[in-house]
Amino acid sequence: MNKILLPALLVVVHLSAETYVIRNATIMTVAKGTLKGSIVVKDGKISEVGEKVMEPAGAKIIDAAGQYVIPGIIDCHSHIAADGGINEGSVSVSSMVDIKDVINPEDIAIYRALAGGVTTANILHGSANPIGGQTLPLKMRWGKDAQGMIFEGATPGIKFALGENPKRAGNPAGGRGAPATVQARYPATRMGVEDTIREAFNEAKVYKAEWDAYDARAAKGEHGIPPRKDLKLEPLKEVLEGKRYVHAHCYRADEILMLLRVADEFGFKIRTLQHVLEGYKVAKEIAAHGAGASTFSDWWSYKVEAFDAIPYNAAIMQKKGVIVSLNSDDAELMRHLNSEAGKAMKYGGLSETEALAMVTLNPAKQLGIDNRVGSIEAGKDADLVIYDKFPLSDYAKVQKVLIDGTIYFDRDNEVSGRAAKQAEKQKLIDKEKQNQQRPQQAPTRRQGQ
Amino acid sequence: MKQSIAKVLTALLVCRAIALAQSHPAVAISNAKIVTVSGPVIAKGTVVVRNGLIEAVGENVPVPADAMLVEGEGLTVYPGLIDGLSTWGQPYTAPAASTTVTAGRGGRGATTTTTTTTPAAAVPAAVSTVAPARGPEDRPATTSWLKIADEVTFTDRRIESARSAGFTTAVTFPTRGIFAGQGAIIDLLSDAKPGEMVLVPAAGQYISLSRGSGGGGGMGGGFPSALMGVISYIRQIYLDAAHYQLVKDAYARDPRGVERPVYDRALEGVLESKRILLPANRLVEIDRMLRFAAELKQPAILYGGRETFRPEAAALLKKFNTPVLLSMRWPEKPRDADPEDVESLRTLETRDKAAGAPMALQSAGVKYALYSDGLDQPRDLQRAVKKAIDAGLSREDAIRALTLSPAEIFGVADRLGSIEKGKIGNLVVTRGDLFDDHTKVEMILVDGRKYVPAPDAAPTGGRGATTDPGVNR
Repeated sequence: MNKILLPALLVVVHLSAETYVIRNATIMTVAKGTLKGSIVVKDGKISEVGEKVMEPAGAKIIDAAGQYVIPGIIDCHSHIAADGGINEGSVSVSSMVDIKDVINPEDIAIYRALAGGVTTANILHGSANPIGGQTLPLKMRWGKDAQGMIFEGATPGIKFALGENPKRAGNPAGGRGAPATVQARYPATRMGVEDTIREAFNEAKVYKAEWDAYDARAAKGEHGIPPRKDLKLEPLKEVLEGKRYVHAHCYRADEILMLLRVADEFGFKIRTLQHVLEGYKVAKEIAAHGAGASTFSDWWSYKVEAFDAIPYNAAIMQKKGVIVSLNSDDAELMRHLNSEAGKAMKYGGLSETEALAMVTLNPAKQLGIDNRVGSIEAGKDADLVIYDKFPLSDYAKVQKVLIDGTIYFDRDNEVSGRAAKQAEKQKLIDKEKQNQQRPQQAPTRRQGQ
Repeated sequence: MKQSIAKVLTALLVCRAIALAQSHPAVAISNAKIVTVSGPVIAKGTVVVRNGLIEAVGENVPVPADAMLVEGEGLTVYPGLIDGLSTWGQPYTAPAASTTVTAGRGGRGATTTTTTTTPAAAVPAAVSTVAPARGPEDRPATTSWLKIADEVTFTDRRIESARSAGFTTAVTFPTRGIFAGQGAIIDLLSDAKPGEMVLVPAAGQYISLSRGSGGGGGMGGGFPSALMGVISYIRQIYLDAAHYQLVKDAYARDPRGVERPVYDRALEGVLESKRILLPANRLVEIDRMLRFAAELKQPAILYGGRETFRPEAAALLKKFNTPVLLSMRWPEKPRDADPEDVESLRTLETRDKAAGAPMALQSAGVKYALYSDGLDQPRDLQRAVKKAIDAGLSREDAIRALTLSPAEIFGVADRLGSIEKGKIGNLVVTRGDLFDDHTKVEMILVDGRKYVPAPDAAPTGGRGATTDPGVNR
């Protein structure tokens, strides 16, 4: 037993990206319609898409005859892959916390999302506070470490939340899950939520002015003691500077308008409204502000502020000029966002491309990463999903998923590898049982004497 | 039977003689096998301890005329074992160190500790704040200024059982809260003034990622409640400490017309700590904490180390050149586990391979030491080491991981951890090889003071070792 057994089972070894040609596929590019042809993947990027392509020598051929290829699915609202809780719910403004600090690349939900065609997910802080924690998009590079999951160069975000969730903690009865003895946390009303956000940005403006003055002095060569760095206000300063996106959890039309007005007043933008189930009532105002909307396909009525939800929400907002995406907010729903997109065809009569865009190109635009992902175009990251059937159908199964030109999920390997994994597991279970039985025998024997 | 009665009687007599032995100016153990750890093993030699220091060691060292002679024929002398992360010698019971690590997935089994032997008492309860903290400015779960050196006492009953297992030294830490305070390196003496026990009064700041008692996750329990909240709090404290230092220095240079910096004991405690201890068990935690320590620019030691048997973990530790304190509480299947429960392959694998961690770290060239983590019964401690040896660790390396390695990690290898002239006179004398079944600790020297294990203390060595020779046929 001197050897160390390499635990290779969970750690998938990814070789540097190969050159692939995906042949004979129905390619739903999202950006430029659907065509039958091939995709060339080289150095992690899509190098060519077309009915006829130049196949590089030595390229590995993936024959996708009868199959479909779509851009990797992007989930604009997810809470997977984070350790130790996604809510820093103790305070009304928890902007000092950062999902980046707690990325858990070993969360099995990543692999499951991958198996559902998701290649990028926006990992958000929870909705317990008017201003929540810092967020960022991850690529579902299963097997990589925490740093390897991060979507390089993507603009980081921050979570805001309006309505029932943030005000619930202000309920003296403690709200969901909290003991009644716990001191109630401000705010307890929607008015209070607005006030909390305003107060935080008033503070942030003062903080920013302090730092701007210091930076100006430093630029002139005057060196003094810099102001204290405040991790709560830093990200809000970045919001004011346009360096950080606001992703705001919201439901009701009135509070959506409230937030847009507050943002206009303080001179920053709401990048996306999340959930936004009453968005159809104020779609024009949302479009005018330039906010994106990331909603559910047909999830509704799970709380009072979700009663007015309609499944036409996505289509209506889209027709009024809002960039709309469909998200999961859930590790299970995340695994079939393709069929969630399909629902937008039924409710609202969107085209295949428009519907598919709601889980690919549109969330990419909302996250500011559409120069890299979201459609099948030469020069973009080779984040691709191969389905056996029409991908917006419930019956479609993911066959292969590529991220940066590397195969991260392969249905055939997954299925054929299960027996070996099960055997490995059984071996360990049996070994443990044997070891456990041994010490139990000793006292028995002694008693016998 | 007669033999055993005789043994007990002798042992009792020896106990009575302890006080006498302590008054001897010098102890010499001759004709013994000496495992120096820092150098080659001396097959037959003499070691002389005087005034609490090793005066001489070697094959041909003469026995001083005034020394109490211990005939070492058939005996082996080792450096006293060091518990690299401990709560021994404290007047209250702290939870075992690494059980405060956020468990996460694939958690280990038993979390109940066996450290409830001493009465709960005096050390500050400052951690349990009255009002929930509203943010980092309230310094939640922080007693960074606490120095456990000021609290140590020999009345902790675990000291005696630890000595019976061969431990002479412990790096003992306060463990409550996020910034728990500074640990101390202490000698496991009895009947000593607290100050005599302390070898190094400030051994580093113990940091945990949970609030400990009085906190509680979820809403309303006060800041911070989530792991990311704790991490951001620690980050803010170090930013504040750096700023505090700047402001204080400026004020010290010229206080006239300058606003007086507000004294902050939390930041003082952090600034005084020359290293930090961070918890990390899973691979992802090891990765996270190594990067975090680098970001904070603090010399760090990781503790826990459950998944360091994974080559990726060992490689990371090597890359960041960071030592790790490895818990000897190898994960076990929870006793009350649901038999129908299907555990993940990773959990099973971790339980199967965890005791291979010392071997993995050894091969990767990572500096590591073993620590008790709440184990305090000699038999449990010996068994835990044996398990690592069974998983491939050599006996020599096992001994080093409990002597010279912890001394090096805490920067005291110039006075502890091996049998060398001039080092502190901490020795364990055994009949048989340390960690062998049926090996018996005959005598322990702590600071040159002689102690003999209580007769009822279980012998060293593994399972089934018994003092009744009849059972062994």
